[in-house]
Amino acid sequence: MCGIVGLFLKKDDLRPKLGDMLTDMLITMTDRGPDSAGIAIYGEEAEGSTKITVQSDTPEIAFAGLEAALNEALETTAAVKAVDTHAVIVLPVEKQDAAISFLEGKGLRIMGVGTSMEIYKEVGLPREVAARFGLREMGGSHGIGHTRMATESAVTTMGAHPFSTADDQCLVHNGSLSNHNQMRRKLAKKGVFTKSENDTEVGAAYISSRIADGASLGQALEGTIDDLDGFFTFVTGTKNGFGVVRDPIACKPAVMAETEDYVAFASEYRAFADLPGIEAAKVWEPEPATVYFWER
Amino acid sequence: MTTLDMSTTPLREVNVTLQEAAKSQSNSAYEITNPRGSHAVAVGLDGPLSVTIKGSTGYYCAGMNKSATVRVEGSTGPGVAENMMSGEVVIEGDASQYAGATGHGGLLNIKGNASSRCGISMKGIDIVVHGNIGHMSAFMAQKGNLVVLGDAGDALGDSLYEARLFVRGSVKSLGADCIEKEMRPEHIEILKDLLAKAGADAKPEEFKRYGSARKLYNFNIDHADEY
Repeated sequence: MCGIVGLFLKKDDLRPKLGDMLTDMLITMTDRGPDSAGIAIYGEEAEGSTKITVQSDTPEIAFAGLEAALNEALETTAAVKAVDTHAVIVLPVEKQDAAISFLEGKGLRIMGVGTSMEIYKEVGLPREVAARFGLREMGGSHGIGHTRMATESAVTTMGAHPFSTADDQCLVHNGSLSNHNQMRRKLAKKGVFTKSENDTEVGAAYISSRIADGASLGQALEGTIDDLDGFFTFVTGTKNGFGVVRDPIACKPAVMAETEDYVAFASEYRAFADLPGIEAAKVWEPEPATVYFWER
Repeated sequence: MTTLDMSTTPLREVNVTLQEAAKSQSNSAYEITNPRGSHAVAVGLDGPLSVTIKGSTGYYCAGMNKSATVRVEGSTGPGVAENMMSGEVVIEGDASQYAGATGHGGLLNIKGNASSRCGISMKGIDIVVHGNIGHMSAFMAQKGNLVVLGDAGDALGDSLYEARLFVRGSVKSLGADCIEKEMRPEHIEILKDLLAKAGADAKPEEFKRYGSARKLYNFNIDHADEY
């Protein structure tokens, strides 16, 4: 069991409240996944710059002097904003690859990269994880979150969701994949590598790989129905929106709500109870083996 | 009418209050406000009682119901009216997966749609769905009636025993050993009665009946090599 939440805003006036709304949804899903929590939030983007979210178990050492060292090594103007165990590094897009090599060389874990996406995930109760990162104060256009009850790999930061395997793309998952080792080998032969033993990361890498090959988000999600075996309710985030797909058996729960202001996804209706205008929202259960996505 | 507000009353207290009222045979009326998708609301009622839930509920609403009437003015999560013995459960909105699972009796009246596995392993319950039902509905259903005014999803009535399935709309596919059967006068009578009880605006003649071909009842020696 795990909990998934997602929120896609149709109007800009709710943007400052995105983090607040998602945090309440995430905390409500604690019963479904109390061992880790994570969120991917699509916020502000600056022209010509990219964001790299990194994590360290020893942030006080790892992040001290990181900005100066990075700027000196890359001859650039990167800004490092440390938040608990994570740091978001904003720098010119052309320095992205060099910066990733530099940061990995320093032993930092790359959580996600993108022009608007930031990822925060840690082991612990959703309420505590949200407070550590100040999720409530974050604004943005859309975001997805996950509360984890681990089945397929260890309870670690790297085993928590969301998983990001390409710029501005991420995935959260409720269920378990049964052909992930086979798919991991297939992807490796194509030069697509995963960082953890986790099944969901393979699902994320599969979707990213299909998109890199030219598929649309919709086509990549369609592909999961044929190529991934096991139980899944997936919610995937991209720069412009989010998508939902459930396996054909659809035993993992899912419910969606739509108003003029937003589209929301959750594992259970409870997560919607505090959303504005939920009483009058269109609420429905997504069909099995059917792809849904919203883009702006 | 007594009102129990779930924003101030814990779930256990709500259920104990309802269960004691049901057991006392008081036939009184209760209203539950602010359910906010809570799990297991109004479960295990063993006696005549009228409960109205003002809003949507989560998993296992009105489970194990006996004699009571539970009306949900909203939608319900998975497993609504699971293992119902008698009484009536009415859902004004939609029901999630396995609604009415293993139910032995009573009427489950769903005004909206029901999703997958509706009436799985039903054992005598009557289920009327005014909208559509999802895949694998009435899987291994043993007894009772499932009436669907809309369409049915894939694999309807897979491995069915003796339950009767009535569908007005289309059936995406039939499950193993489930076949369309002749609608005889006694079936029209059963259906007429159920539609009236559920307040459904439909004529019995518009429905098709599906049931068990009874080919899976016995081991077939010709299939021995397939195992």
